[in-house]
Amino acid sequence: MTGKQSGKDANMSNIPRLAEIIAAHAHMAGPTLPTLHAIQAEFGHIPAEAIQMIADSENRSRAEIHGVVTFYHDFREAPAGRHVVKVCRAEACQAMGGEAVAARVAARLGLDFGATSADGGVTLENVYCLGLCATAPSALIDDRLCGRLTEARVEKLLAGIER
Amino acid sequence: MTVTFYVPQDAAALSVGADEVVEAIRLEAGRRGIAARVIRNGSRGLFWLEPLVEVATPAGRIAYGPVAPEDVPALFDAGMAEGRGGLGPTEDLPFLKAQTRFTFARCGVIAPLSLADYAAMDGWKGLARAIAMEPAAIVAEVTKSGLRGRGGAGFPTGIKWKTVLDAPGAKKYIVANADEGDSGTFADRMLMEGDPFHLIEGMAIAGLAVGAEHGYIYTRSEYPHAIAIMQAAIGLARDAGYLGASVMGSGRAFDMEIRAGAGAYVCGEETALLESIEGKRGQVRAKPPLPAHEGLFGYPTVINNILSLTAVPFILDKGAETYANVGFGRSRGTMPIQLAGNIAHGGLFEIGFGITLGELVNEVGGGTASGKPVKAVQVGGPLGAYFPPALFDTPFDYEAFAHAGGLIGHGGIVVFDDSVDMAKQARFAMDFCAIESCGKCTPCRIGSTRGVETIDKIIAGRDVAANITLVEDLCETMKFGSLCALGGFTPYPVLSALHHFPDDFAKAPRAQAAE
Repeated sequence: MTGKQSGKDANMSNIPRLAEIIAAHAHMAGPTLPTLHAIQAEFGHIPAEAIQMIADSENRSRAEIHGVVTFYHDFREAPAGRHVVKVCRAEACQAMGGEAVAARVAARLGLDFGATSADGGVTLENVYCLGLCATAPSALIDDRLCGRLTEARVEKLLAGIER
Repeated sequence: MTVTFYVPQDAAALSVGADEVVEAIRLEAGRRGIAARVIRNGSRGLFWLEPLVEVATPAGRIAYGPVAPEDVPALFDAGMAEGRGGLGPTEDLPFLKAQTRFTFARCGVIAPLSLADYAAMDGWKGLARAIAMEPAAIVAEVTKSGLRGRGGAGFPTGIKWKTVLDAPGAKKYIVANADEGDSGTFADRMLMEGDPFHLIEGMAIAGLAVGAEHGYIYTRSEYPHAIAIMQAAIGLARDAGYLGASVMGSGRAFDMEIRAGAGAYVCGEETALLESIEGKRGQVRAKPPLPAHEGLFGYPTVINNILSLTAVPFILDKGAETYANVGFGRSRGTMPIQLAGNIAHGGLFEIGFGITLGELVNEVGGGTASGKPVKAVQVGGPLGAYFPPALFDTPFDYEAFAHAGGLIGHGGIVVFDDSVDMAKQARFAMDFCAIESCGKCTPCRIGSTRGVETIDKIIAGRDVAANITLVEDLCETMKFGSLCALGGFTPYPVLSALHHFPDDFAKAPRAQAAE
């Protein structure tokens, strides 16, 4: 039942490690989200073959697990770029010129929000609040929190990450 | 002599260069042969001053801020290591001095993971008192304090606890809702990063009160720093016997774990949050049954906002009356209010209910950061109403805000200057609802998308009057037909923008032509 449905991206070499991660969380009550977070932390996305494996482990349907993966904005079905830039688009940042900053980031990277550059270098995403609302506008560049952004500071920060 | 510096490791301080400031202090102290010890505290919540450096002196801690790394040599020249120059004693800063800090008393003062610091500032006293009490007496104390749900609904916490205490169940759970997704709010994040044992204590008291032995903190994946600190704190508290099989040697068990969400705003809704912990799509449950009867994994569950849970140790330690003596009308105690957006003095301001919106924005907050006039403030997050300055006499109180067509929500206030276009903000409210809708009920799932389309027509100047009527009608349907607050409260920002700022909905075609 696993083989045929595991999708066109199935990569058999992932399976032993996926099995380890799933087993390591199996003792938890409600293991699904912690398992998916651990898989994404290691693989950078949720490999297609993981869905059936999680379903089997939790005695749930493949459709249910697919439903969970696709419901949450965090989980990716394909790897992100080498760098991920998330710009806050919520109200507190809007009030401090966040939309102009977002437009500058998009123009500088030549990407629309939600897109990854063709060379796989950068993914640009929206985020709705980083909890930095009194040092707005803000963004998250890889693991680096950036507050009080200006268009000039964006130029400097993005120059630092490029490919 | 070793000089002690405090530099916050709060995420907001990090976002404006706190780590670089620490490096600069170490380098400069080394260059001058000064022995320096740097303590990474949480934030005091004066975010316009972050990174806020404090220096310990015999006269107390002296504040400097905002400090940029390149400022550090000059600050040392001016005598920072001896506490000269700067803003004076931190505690005397007017923004801090005007507060009534019950919940945030330790935040920014202590090293977050120091059990000794925590205990030295009244830590664990509330829990110790709770251990000596019968469960029903703990619940009665919380009820007497008048504490109401700080997540926004304002439901009396004691009543919720009593329901769970009285509910039969083989197991019971405590769930801390730290899924703080509202723009303009950061109190949960600050508290978890700056005073994590406090949440542990609050949850342990709740566990003793209702007979639950396990708790979950559900927070956002966007808060990795808070998650790391909470995780470390849970481990330390367990090792020290504050969690585990016998809480503080009481013979009663309570333990907890932290769970991270995955970028879904709707999971801040309590039943969606429970679904998410259970490993499901974060879809809202129909009520009844209430979580207090059938909550997590089907068992009776106390689900409280973390600001409710962290109000409890004070109530147990200092007494319900001390807490209830502060406040306004039926809103008792303090509210950690968060001032954000375009505001000169943004930060966390904890005060008894009853202060007016105008005092908060103009006096405490100092007006806009841009220096332009305030046009609107959104109170209570993306589902909260926009208030014009004409309503600034509204006291901060659950009932007064409801009466004025709004809500206080989780206490976030986002200030906008006169460059804001309220038609765009109304459109954003609908758009945000469409992005974040869990999809379970039709008014929210479909209504939000139709709302965006209809507001787009208004902005484009097409059949403006008819489309405004349509939006109002749609809001009525969403308000009364949605399963939860996401669809049900999105009408607040939309209708308040429409009613208080009608000019922004009529001027669009001309404004576009002029550009």
